[in-house]
Amino acid sequence: MATLWFMIVAVMVAAYVVLDGFDLGAGVIYLGAARTPQERQTIMRAIGPVWDGNEVWLLAAGGTLYFAFPLLYASSFSGFYLPLMIVLWLLMLRGIGIELRAHMENPVWRGFFDVVFCLSSLLLTIFFGAALGNVVRGVPLAADGYFFEPLWTNFRVNQGIAGTNNGILDWYTVLTGVIALVTLTVHGSLYIAVKTEGDLNRRARAVALWAWPVQLFLTVIGLIATIYIRPTVLDNYKQHVIGFLIPAIVYGSLAVMIYAIRKGEGPAKEKLAFVASALYIVGMLVGAAFALYPVVLPASTDPARSLTIDNTAAGQHGLTVGLIWWILALILALGYFTVLFRMFKGKVRIEGEGY
Amino acid sequence: MDNALIVHRLHFAFTITFHYLFPQLTMGLAPLIVVLKTLGLRRNDETYHQAARFWARIFGINFVLGVVTGIPMEFQFGTNWSHFSRFAGGVIGQTLAMEGMFAFFLESAFLGLFLYGEKRLSPRAHWWSAVAVCLGSWLSGFFIIVTDAWMQHPVGYARAADGSVQLSSFWALVLNPWAWWQYAHNMSGAVITGSFVMASVGAFYLLWGKFVAHGRIFVRVGVLAGLIFSVLQLFPTGDGQGRMLAENQPVTLAAMEALFESQPGAPLVLIGQPNVDEKKIDNPLVIPNALSFLTYRAWTAQVKGLNAFPEDEWPSNIALLYFSYHIMVGLGTLFIAISVVAAFLLWRGKLFSSHWMLWILLLALPFPYIANTAGWITAEIGRQPWLVYSLMRTADGYSKTVSAGNGMFTLLGFMGMYMVLGILFLFLVRREIEQGPEAEGGSAH
Repeated sequence: MATLWFMIVAVMVAAYVVLDGFDLGAGVIYLGAARTPQERQTIMRAIGPVWDGNEVWLLAAGGTLYFAFPLLYASSFSGFYLPLMIVLWLLMLRGIGIELRAHMENPVWRGFFDVVFCLSSLLLTIFFGAALGNVVRGVPLAADGYFFEPLWTNFRVNQGIAGTNNGILDWYTVLTGVIALVTLTVHGSLYIAVKTEGDLNRRARAVALWAWPVQLFLTVIGLIATIYIRPTVLDNYKQHVIGFLIPAIVYGSLAVMIYAIRKGEGPAKEKLAFVASALYIVGMLVGAAFALYPVVLPASTDPARSLTIDNTAAGQHGLTVGLIWWILALILALGYFTVLFRMFKGKVRIEGEGY
Repeated sequence: MDNALIVHRLHFAFTITFHYLFPQLTMGLAPLIVVLKTLGLRRNDETYHQAARFWARIFGINFVLGVVTGIPMEFQFGTNWSHFSRFAGGVIGQTLAMEGMFAFFLESAFLGLFLYGEKRLSPRAHWWSAVAVCLGSWLSGFFIIVTDAWMQHPVGYARAADGSVQLSSFWALVLNPWAWWQYAHNMSGAVITGSFVMASVGAFYLLWGKFVAHGRIFVRVGVLAGLIFSVLQLFPTGDGQGRMLAENQPVTLAAMEALFESQPGAPLVLIGQPNVDEKKIDNPLVIPNALSFLTYRAWTAQVKGLNAFPEDEWPSNIALLYFSYHIMVGLGTLFIAISVVAAFLLWRGKLFSSHWMLWILLLALPFPYIANTAGWITAEIGRQPWLVYSLMRTADGYSKTVSAGNGMFTLLGFMGMYMVLGILFLFLVRREIEQGPEAEGGSAH
């Protein structure tokens, strides 16, 4: 049962990154790719109707994590206190950036919120990547299952007993932060390419084309760095060879992406590139989850202190009942969003009324 | 008291108090907007549609503020109250996760359609999107109240080997009688905020002499809804809530009423300052025997005073509890009085020309916010010193690994952030009210 909930939470996190990832990425390229007020309006309309729904996946995933693994939630949220609070502030700034910007046409007002939206999106991608890096690297868990990490100490990755001196940011987590930034920049650019035409479409594809080699390079470096700092990540793969399908999917989607981007303009190719990017993200996250399982938060201090699905899961009755309402709620939610995405499908045209 | 404990309590208190200024209006306005849209469809009258669109714009601004200030609430269970989360997550994780899965998805999916989709949707489909948004916001309130009610009156749990509590009965949790009284009382309070705000803006337009047709609709709908719900707020919901307290938290009731001594025929204190050191009320103005009657429906019934309980189980801030409770009840009484007089004038056809009454309606705007806030302070201070009533003390629940300094850093950060949000909010709402219901809005995105 705990394994099932581990998979559910992993899928929800992946859904969040794929969905909110494209509007975060759209925010990253917003100031650079969209030059005229009309183009900026086009990007806003491309994400406006869906960004809030995308962000709900974060809340739903957080809620489900709390429900299924209370100790993991308690330990990690208090241990990552400072970065989470900074993430909260960035999420708030970004939310008001998108929503309040639209309320006035004054160029000073819009210009201010344009910058707020772009910067908060950019910093969020880095923080989310660094958070994932922290989970893979391990945190200085004490015997009671709690820890507290400062934002940075000396930027070294310390294992073993010295691991008590880890900070949120070190060279490894900065690397994963940059990987997230590049990945979501490409992801967001490909979404904007799907949703737009003309100059904006061309610029969005140019960003993706330019960033793709960086993404490939960082994917390889990231893999090497991960094996270097935590050799045990390969254990599950060695035991279950089928796991090697996951890196195959990751590199396969990278190949499909560049193939589709280079083919140029056209809805089918743009969509293919976007779907490949989504698959890449899912592959990276599932790959990390597969490597960690059954550990959910490794200890950098003493491996025996690592939090696992078994020592953090909620009671059996709660998990069983939860499965019933969770499935029901998911069916309902998928229903709403199918309707919503259908209504707003196709290219955004600025002359149109409403969205 | 431990320094970090105070910081973490202030942190949660500040962020939740600020947050709840917004959902109380969105939850209260949502059904009123559905009423306006229904009237518009029935009567085929564009004025009602304009009225609905105007309030949808106000709703939209509030909703954004509600969302961005709501996200930190879910995080803070883990960041600032991790020992509580570890202890109780096996139970309240259920309702918090359900809020995300059922309410947030519903709201977020239909809000965009409701706010900006009117031209794309048929009138009927747009009406349904308004209903869906209303349902989502009320569901969200329900799951939060069930969570709070469990902390007030824990049910449906079993102790696990590691000392934490785990769910043993889902239906006991969801059907907690405390939750249903609290939900009814809270939602009725939210509709009072919605109605009074609507009536206040309507009165403003009538006194201003602009948008008079819309102003009349706002005043009419606001006063009638305000009358219904301010009566419901007293009876049966407030009364029911009080009886739950008498049954399950008698010490809280005694502190709310500042009844220091157990006695038959206990008096109801209308005005007076509790003097906790000398265990008496200063400057009392009381109705003899009334508390006994209200609590047990008998004038001479014995009511337990604070002296019947050990002092370490007394609510830790009796003065604040007493005043927030009395402010809530006093304002609730005032709302009934205002609504009755306004409704009477409306019935006689004199309300729109009674400038003095319109002034009262206009100036009443902040008071439902104060009453709702005071009500929540009563509930949460009244539960002290417990975090989960009789199971976990507040002093044991906060994040022991997060120092007072780190907590203070983020508390100040939130204060600064919320000040900016508050200024932006007031600026935008003032602008909408000034532009009025005839403005061609919905330019968003």
